[in-house]
Amino acid sequence: MSDDKKTLVEAVNLALDHALADDKDVVLLGEDVGTNGGVFRATQDLKDKYGLKRVMDTPLAETMIAGMTIGMATQGLKPVAEIQFMGFIFACMEQLVGHAARMRNRTRGRLTCPMVIRAPFGGGIHAPEHHSESTEALFAHIPGLRVVIPSSPVRAYGLLRSAIDDPDPVIFLEPKRIYRVQRQTLPKQGSRLPLDTCFTLKEGSDLTLVTWGACVRECQEVTRNLAKEGVGVELIDVATIKPLDMDTILASVRKTGRCVIVHEAARSFGVGAEIAARVSTELFHELRAPVQRVAGYDITMPYYRMEDHYMPSVGQIASACQIVCSC
Amino acid sequence: MPTTLDGGGLFRVHSSDVPFVRYLNTDGQPVQKLPPWAENGQQLVAYYKAMVKAREADRKAIAMQRTGQMGTYPSCLGQEAPGVVYGSLMKKDDVLAPYYRDMPGQLLRGVELSDVYLYWGGDERGSAGEGYGQDMPNCVPIATQACHAVGIASAFRIRDERRVVVTTCGDGATSKGDFLEALNLAGAWKVPVVFLIVNNQWAISIPRSAQCGADTLAQKGAGAGVPCVQVDGNDVIALHEVIGSAIERARHGKGAVVIEAITYRLCDHTTADDATRYRDNEDVRKAWEEEPVKRLQTYLYNHGLWSPEQEKMLQEQVAEEVQKAVETYQLTPPQSINDLFAYQYAETPVSLRQQLEEMQEGLNHE
Repeated sequence: MSDDKKTLVEAVNLALDHALADDKDVVLLGEDVGTNGGVFRATQDLKDKYGLKRVMDTPLAETMIAGMTIGMATQGLKPVAEIQFMGFIFACMEQLVGHAARMRNRTRGRLTCPMVIRAPFGGGIHAPEHHSESTEALFAHIPGLRVVIPSSPVRAYGLLRSAIDDPDPVIFLEPKRIYRVQRQTLPKQGSRLPLDTCFTLKEGSDLTLVTWGACVRECQEVTRNLAKEGVGVELIDVATIKPLDMDTILASVRKTGRCVIVHEAARSFGVGAEIAARVSTELFHELRAPVQRVAGYDITMPYYRMEDHYMPSVGQIASACQIVCSC
Repeated sequence: MPTTLDGGGLFRVHSSDVPFVRYLNTDGQPVQKLPPWAENGQQLVAYYKAMVKAREADRKAIAMQRTGQMGTYPSCLGQEAPGVVYGSLMKKDDVLAPYYRDMPGQLLRGVELSDVYLYWGGDERGSAGEGYGQDMPNCVPIATQACHAVGIASAFRIRDERRVVVTTCGDGATSKGDFLEALNLAGAWKVPVVFLIVNNQWAISIPRSAQCGADTLAQKGAGAGVPCVQVDGNDVIALHEVIGSAIERARHGKGAVVIEAITYRLCDHTTADDATRYRDNEDVRKAWEEEPVKRLQTYLYNHGLWSPEQEKMLQEQVAEEVQKAVETYQLTPPQSINDLFAYQYAETPVSLRQQLEEMQEGLNHE
């Protein structure tokens, strides 16, 4: 039976496989995505199945990969490019910010960029330097981009299918720490999950816990622990970081009066700050406690021997929940 | 004895057997037998007319900027020739990935001059006109368009389409990674792209000599396995031969070519620049002796292909056409403020609809 159940990275592979099968305009490109099947095997076997013209090993040049993806997209292909690790995505920034994000606007819709840039991100797998950062806020700040982060195999499949369908550029960040920690039965082939929508993973009335990506796991553990103590946590997986579905978050906090935001990325100027600001502005009178953030410190991502000190822990999240509940 | 970097021996830094192509010298005299297409003069007259129009359109753009009717504008004075040639030789369904000094080529591609003015007049619709077809909009971030070009060309290859991409850039752009990364891909994948470097000798204030230590910019193609050639960028006959061959070569699956067209920026970098701060007037005066319009005009007169009467008529016609474009530009109604939000995404997200409402409320209270 375990064969039917998929890990997150297998779900990504399956989503790509089905997208290639369903739409001849979908193509994959990136470093080592072809013969090698991707360093995390996200594109395993796809070159053999769909051929060299649709699954393309590129030269080692991230700027070019991003620019080329834009060029393909303006021709109506739906390219899905892999940047091997998010730490190497910075060479793409000029292309993504200067072109992908604004092509529709600057041509008033004459040319568009229906493209996806996939990148594994985040810490916790004892990877070398530059392989563990979480910099989703950099992209979330850019008008015209979508930023999507799955937190389970089911959401990885459904959100990636939707990201590939989307007529605008999507930065699809895959939390590699949970690439293989969980198996789920995927819904039927081709099913999509909506973008621009938060997922309420558990309903509760005492406090709202807002998170995304790999941190969903620690938050689930805290949610279970608090349930034993009689505290009802409403757990929200943001999933699409930009554009942000504030309506779901606000509706939840309006109910609970308490909000804790958890993310692995550095705390300051992060996505948590945006959510906290919006909650404070909209729900100042409903809040029963100051909004709390549990996040990475504002330090360079430590090398792996010390990375556990950086990652938001179950203990830290539980403490933040206690603080808001004691108000 | 140690081997030195500049002394030969083990290491070499010099190149190069990059060919240089020229048909007309700076006095408009043929320096070699002209190709058959050039002999009856019909195409040459077309090139001449297109350059004269581009020059008048350019003059008018600067005049509008100086009188507050248009924003900062990068003139193409002196480098009209490459544009009118590639613009004539490309097929309509080929794609141009231009830089931002390509007005002459864009006009030949079918872009309305009023759209060019609209773009530099600060209106996004200037890149939206039907005349652009699938051509990319003006590319301001230097050299980034080269990467788009190889992507577009890859799309052609994936779909087995016999289309070609022409991408242009200045001399400064060849120093950027985007240019070199795109060139490298083009060599590895043999995609149908023509890289046209319009070497006008200046990247704002940095002269060609300070930009790169290589003998030619074209030879950067060699490092990527892409054939390369230099051409007199003020000689439409040479440009036609070289660009035409490169486009046909690409169209027939033989991959990319790098062309370095040698010309001179007779103007400031943009209307916000003052080139007298960094270059010698004497150099500019000498460059005027080589400029493309006069050179071709001399040839046409000398060969009885053009007359003063025709010249007079052309000037009048061009002035009228340009004036008409100016009027179209000036009479274009402003965009709605909704348009500021309408093209961020295919479907405007809730958060943006809320911000648009905020803006509208603010305007209502003013």
